[in-house]
Amino acid sequence: MFISDTIAAVATGMQASGIGIIRISGPDAFAIACNIFRAGVNKRRLDKLISHHVYYGFIFDGEIMLDEILLVPFQAPKSYTAEDTVELNCHGGVLVMKRILQLLVKQGARIAEPGEFTKRAFLNGRIDLSEAESVMDVIESKNQLALDNSLKQLTGSLYEKIRELREEILNEIAFIEAALDDPEHISLEGYPEQILTRSEKILSELHRLTDSFNNGRILKEGIKTVILGRPNVGKSSLLNSLSGNEKAIVTEIPGTTRDIIEEHILLDGLSLIVYDTAGIRKATDPVEKIGVGRARDHAMQADLILFMIDSSVPLSDNDREIFSFIEGRKAIILLNKSDLPSVVSEEDISIHNKSSFPVISVSLMNGEGLKKLSGTIREMFFSGEIGFNDELMITNERHLSLLNRAVTSVEHVRSSAENGLPEDFLSIDLMDAYDLLGMIIGEKIEDDLVDMIFSRFCVGK
Amino acid sequence: MKFEEYYDIVVVGAGHAGCEAALACARLGLETIIFTVSVNSIALMPCNPNIGGTSKGHLVREVDALGGEMGKNIDKTFIQSRMLNQSKGPAVHSLRAQADKAEYSKAMRQTLENEEHLTVKQAEVCRLIIENGKAAGVEIFTGGIYHAKAVILCTGTYLRARCLCGEAITYTGPNGLMAANHLSDSLREAGIELTRFKTGTPARIDKRTIDFSKMEVQHGDIPVVPFSFSTDPESVQKEQIDCYLTYTNEKTHDIIRANIDRSPMYSGVIEGTGPRYCPSIEDKVVRFSDKDRHQLFVEPEGLSTNEMYISGASSSLPEDVQLAFYRTIPGLENCKIVRNAYAIEYDCINPKQLNPTLEFKAINMLFAAGQFNGSSGYEEAAAQGIIAGINAAMKVLGREMIVIDRSEGYIGVLIDDLVTKDNFEPYRMMTSRAEYRLLLRQDNADLRLSHFGHEAGLVSDEAYQRVLDKKENIENELYRLKNTFVGNREEVNELLLSLGSKPLHSGASLAELLARPELSYEALSPIDPNRPVLKKDVMEQVEIHIRYQGYIDRQQKQVDAFKKLEKKKIPASIDYDDVKSLRLEARQKLKQFRPVSIGQASRISGVSPADISVLLVYLK
Repeated sequence: MFISDTIAAVATGMQASGIGIIRISGPDAFAIACNIFRAGVNKRRLDKLISHHVYYGFIFDGEIMLDEILLVPFQAPKSYTAEDTVELNCHGGVLVMKRILQLLVKQGARIAEPGEFTKRAFLNGRIDLSEAESVMDVIESKNQLALDNSLKQLTGSLYEKIRELREEILNEIAFIEAALDDPEHISLEGYPEQILTRSEKILSELHRLTDSFNNGRILKEGIKTVILGRPNVGKSSLLNSLSGNEKAIVTEIPGTTRDIIEEHILLDGLSLIVYDTAGIRKATDPVEKIGVGRARDHAMQADLILFMIDSSVPLSDNDREIFSFIEGRKAIILLNKSDLPSVVSEEDISIHNKSSFPVISVSLMNGEGLKKLSGTIREMFFSGEIGFNDELMITNERHLSLLNRAVTSVEHVRSSAENGLPEDFLSIDLMDAYDLLGMIIGEKIEDDLVDMIFSRFCVGK
Repeated sequence: MKFEEYYDIVVVGAGHAGCEAALACARLGLETIIFTVSVNSIALMPCNPNIGGTSKGHLVREVDALGGEMGKNIDKTFIQSRMLNQSKGPAVHSLRAQADKAEYSKAMRQTLENEEHLTVKQAEVCRLIIENGKAAGVEIFTGGIYHAKAVILCTGTYLRARCLCGEAITYTGPNGLMAANHLSDSLREAGIELTRFKTGTPARIDKRTIDFSKMEVQHGDIPVVPFSFSTDPESVQKEQIDCYLTYTNEKTHDIIRANIDRSPMYSGVIEGTGPRYCPSIEDKVVRFSDKDRHQLFVEPEGLSTNEMYISGASSSLPEDVQLAFYRTIPGLENCKIVRNAYAIEYDCINPKQLNPTLEFKAINMLFAAGQFNGSSGYEEAAAQGIIAGINAAMKVLGREMIVIDRSEGYIGVLIDDLVTKDNFEPYRMMTSRAEYRLLLRQDNADLRLSHFGHEAGLVSDEAYQRVLDKKENIENELYRLKNTFVGNREEVNELLLSLGSKPLHSGASLAELLARPELSYEALSPIDPNRPVLKKDVMEQVEIHIRYQGYIDRQQKQVDAFKKLEKKKIPASIDYDDVKSLRLEARQKLKQFRPVSIGQASRISGVSPADISVLLVYLK
């Protein structure tokens, strides 16, 4: 049972950082804050706090000073949780924040459970369930574009779309039910043909939403980018120059990278998950064989392939193999070692580059061409070449799975109509579709949802 | 000096609800007295002459599975019987029988009179006796006091009843019977909130003045399927009487439209709300103005009378208008009306004052059933009657009361709707109200509900064993069919081709074959030499299960989700004011209803899914 006690937690994540914010929420938040806070250079005790003011001062555990901080009180209901809330902007050391939290517990606060602040905001009527879920997405989304989409869901364009679809489905249900109840006045003649057309239409709209998930996922998780190329062409160096740290082992011995190395990279506001792979070649070393196989698997699922060619040596069989592999996929061809004299001509490339992928000369030695590379990726993304469009996108796994289940239900409706089953059978699956879509926008109760949403939160949110 | 008598249970009213309630109590061994304003009106059918029909037939079978009387009584007294909607899915097949009204009433009266522990008494109950917040008996108009441990109110349409036929108003119950004018005040004093509903009935016409040659004849089914699971099917194969179908036309509608201001419904004389789903002919003409005709069924009222019931043409228009519009109808050009159509208005309760057990929330040991609870229809009344009877008995005996939920029976849907949803008109059972109807078929009511009746003590061990045996036979046969394989032998494919079905290229189980819509269980017998000898009802279940397996499974999943929410109980101690983000309307509704589970809370009108989410989080 929910008890309105006072909770506290680090809101910025327990890690070393410049500053860390500790949030306190509940009826005793102000009193506790007054107890541990000394304001100004002369360290005055305060007996009351004015809402939405910033106080400079120090945290004291008895006589021991723990940190120099900024304190911001928010009086109920004008706070995130709609309760009295105090935020302490501390220095971000893990140890210091731990000690401050211990102090707060000593003062009667309780460490918040994951998602408890948002749960309180929800319980206090500040936000509704779909907003809570969007808050979750905002927290999880790793770049600006994804954030925009989460905000779009907060304001309800997904909500509107789903509502439209539900209404269409409801109309069908209502018609069938009305005809069951009043066959004298409402005739089902010709209805099977009608429902076939309508379920096709609903299916195509549902598919548009589920298809958008891929774009949504890209926004949220990043573009799955795989670097391919024969051994020692400089794949690991490319990863290192993109990410700015030496993660992959760069050596002169071909086949050094035996496993997949994964790196999250922010490139001009786009997030990329870059996979550095063992080169695709006929490996002899059994361990490397596995690596090569995995490289292939990854490349199959990639949103984008960066194919590196060493321009200082002639094209090898291995290069040609990769050319045929990337055909019909999304790729950028990188001519590496542009600092060395090139033996690969433009014609050599264009013969094999049947899908006319962009070709960029780069030198990882001096960083030449890297800017052009990021510009090209951005361009491909925004032109929609790497799945993206301006429409509403599904970014949430739960939404996707509900949509997929709704698709199955409508497909059942379609096949029932095709097989000439009596109309009352149609309403079973129509009802399922209606409910599944309702679960997305919180208009159908799904008892596990509430747990799911709030448990996904990290402590402090 | 007033005299006093002591009983276990008092039942007020001997209509379809009262009869089931009283029989249930008496059969459970409790000394029971049932009051009626006239012994001639026991189990009276003042409106339509049939039992069953779409979704109502389900109710009758469910009442029967619980150990009730309605199904047995109609099996004894029907004069025509049909299984409706046979062209549709099995969920909407529904049995309907034409009753010989007089015989129906007589047979039920005999059953009541011969029931051990049951006393029938003609008297008007005028006062409810309440002691310490508990119903403790009733007082009758002539002064007698009848103490009881529980009281069941089944007053039907009799409380402060008035009948309207155009401008003519009479203060009587149905069929000119005495109204009960005194009890309402006493109920109000006890804190019970009363409201007023209206319903109507069409004219009865002299058979000799009807030209049936202008109508379509409707025969009964051969063979007849009995209502009661305990009736021997052989015993109901008898000669049946025909019904007829005719239609209204534009002339009919013109007359009604021209005189609509003389209908008390439209002139504002009637304050009660009428049933949308059983509309009067004037309602139909107004609401479906684009239809140029409406169906009318002409049905006999019994073997010993010439009266014919004009189904679909109830009206409260004045006598002269009635005669005029009836005479525009093919076959009725020269008709003479024996009894006019009329509307009746009566006191009833807002059933939200009841728990799902049909006991009043505020008054212990007081139960209510039937039209008094704002429903309409004989079958709806009987269904509530048996539940109120069982539960009053259980409570008196100190045993657990029963609640059938929405996934278990139409009875559950009916009672749940009544006690949780806003209801502004007489509640009629309809197929669309049952969301899990593929599982709630009329053919499996015994399999679904007999255990309730058996546990209560109304279904004998012997009868219950028959149900268990049936279940086992069905399961065994399903198992056998799924595990018996036939190859693509010539004999098999010949049979399939002859039945218009695709031949097999490789082996298949009998179940797989039976899943094909064109193949029936019977038809497969030549290639299934080892099949056991099964009863028809077992074969029917097996066939339905195999044919609609996917749908049944998916509906079962819906039921599982439903049950999950039903099982999430809300503690009685909950303080809704403490749950701040509940919307005001939801908070008020929840405080007023005090639902027992999240499931029930979710069905209260005015409580949204968002409110339920709030509750779910709060109850974590």
